[in-house]
Amino acid sequence: MQVSFNIPGPLRGFTANRSVVQLELKEGSDLLKALLDLFRAYPGLRDRILTESGDLRHHVNIFVENENVRYTGGLTTPVPVGAEVSIVPAISGG
Amino acid sequence: MKERVERYQQANEVRAALEMLQGAVLESRQPSEETRGPRTLVLRGMQHLTVKNGDVLLLVGTNKGAFLLKSSRDRTRWDVAGPYFHGQGIYAMAYDGRNGRHRLWVSTNSLMWGTFLRSSDDYGRSWTNPLEASIRFPAESGASLRNIWQICLGRNDEPETLYCGVEPAALFESRDGGESWSLARALYGHPHRPRWMPSNGGLFLHTIVPDPGAKGRMYVAVSAGGVYRTEDSGKTWQARNTGIRVVFMPEKYPEFGQCVHKIVLHESRPERLFLQNHWGLYRSDNRGDSWQDIARGVPSDFGFAMMMHPHDPDCVYVLPVESDEFRCTPEGHLRVYRTRNAGGSWDSLERGLPQKGAYETVLRDAMSSDSLDQAGIYFGTRSGKLYASRDEGKSWKKIVEGLPQIVCVKAAVIQMDEAPKARPHSKAKPAAIRKTLFAKSVKRQRPR
Repeated sequence: MQVSFNIPGPLRGFTANRSVVQLELKEGSDLLKALLDLFRAYPGLRDRILTESGDLRHHVNIFVENENVRYTGGLTTPVPVGAEVSIVPAISGG
Repeated sequence: MKERVERYQQANEVRAALEMLQGAVLESRQPSEETRGPRTLVLRGMQHLTVKNGDVLLLVGTNKGAFLLKSSRDRTRWDVAGPYFHGQGIYAMAYDGRNGRHRLWVSTNSLMWGTFLRSSDDYGRSWTNPLEASIRFPAESGASLRNIWQICLGRNDEPETLYCGVEPAALFESRDGGESWSLARALYGHPHRPRWMPSNGGLFLHTIVPDPGAKGRMYVAVSAGGVYRTEDSGKTWQARNTGIRVVFMPEKYPEFGQCVHKIVLHESRPERLFLQNHWGLYRSDNRGDSWQDIARGVPSDFGFAMMMHPHDPDCVYVLPVESDEFRCTPEGHLRVYRTRNAGGSWDSLERGLPQKGAYETVLRDAMSSDSLDQAGIYFGTRSGKLYASRDEGKSWKKIVEGLPQIVCVKAAVIQMDEAPKARPHSKAKPAAIRKTLFAKSVKRQRPR
């Protein structure tokens, strides 16, 4: 199944400046599996999205379709066929 | 919600476009390296420094980016470049001139995208931008790197050795010039560790002092855990806090738990240490086995920054702030204090510094000196002002203002006598995992 990842500006240096990356994933993938496939294709993304212990970074939000995955099971959130996955920096700073 | 996501994405695109306008673009060498190879961030359009032999270089880290300043040896006029890594917190910088290198090290801390150690071999024109973080906690620890607070060079006769102090409190070591890093496991697994308490800045290891005369000996300071010393290259660590007072626990002189802010020593007297505590100025004449109070003649013994004179082992500089409640210079006077008799007395240095309404804070790594015969002393304030003295503190001049909060200042005199011997990062061969007392190396990902 094909899934689209929306890549935020600061990370596009690791996706050859592509703002949208499409990958063919195994059907029934959850978000973690989808991300691991994304990291295999674009390894510079891994440490910028997840901590070394495998958690989603605190100030990074991921939306599967329109839902923030923090409210839908985190990295176990199912990724449906044709889904759009958006990686978005949180509103934070100072 | 969809609309909100799109708006975020649009904001990112606007930001990326702004960066382009400001002259910052990402450059990759070949398409095949675009996703696999080590990346270098090349900042175009920025006025970079042109550095010559004998120039004095200042590395200035702020909470919103790094700046580089350069002057000739007379130190009257300074060129400024930056911000590099704009928007990111730069808590640690270092210049490594060992073994013919001219390498700048920097830790970049993005609130969103994490902390990375980077370097530049061309005075900031390009920087490494590693695919994978080179400093990382082992998976079984369950810990994740929050920040790198200190980059410390190894001894001169160990030119491939570097150390980093990080948050959560831990020490990392590299023995291959920063290619791979190992966690100091004995310190990380120290039985005291569960009882260390986070301070205002978190629980972090911010000070690393290798003994220049004894290869196995090193001191580190943890806030708030105190001073720890190893005599056997990191195999074992002992708390060395006897005589250092704490004000935030019922027991005033515990074995550990002190909130030490900085330790310094002079290479010609390595047995003698000076310490700025969270309340208290101390000296140890026996390698940290015991500490004596030396805070006679300072307006406050609270402070963060402490600096050793580069040539005089009896001369130490501090920058007192009023209290832990009011972390600003006392009574609005910006004054550096200096002892020239190893803490027997202190005199204030204020010529050229504001003495009215100057409620400034100078953080623990924001004071530094160059190594010229008449040493230059530099410090930066949380309000973004950078002061310099080219006569060892007798008189001062504000050389830059309007920077973001200054977190660290490092000075170096550039020596270009030797042809570079160190390999540039991109051509370095993968280093073998060395047998080291600091366990298991973490390898940086190589290009495929």
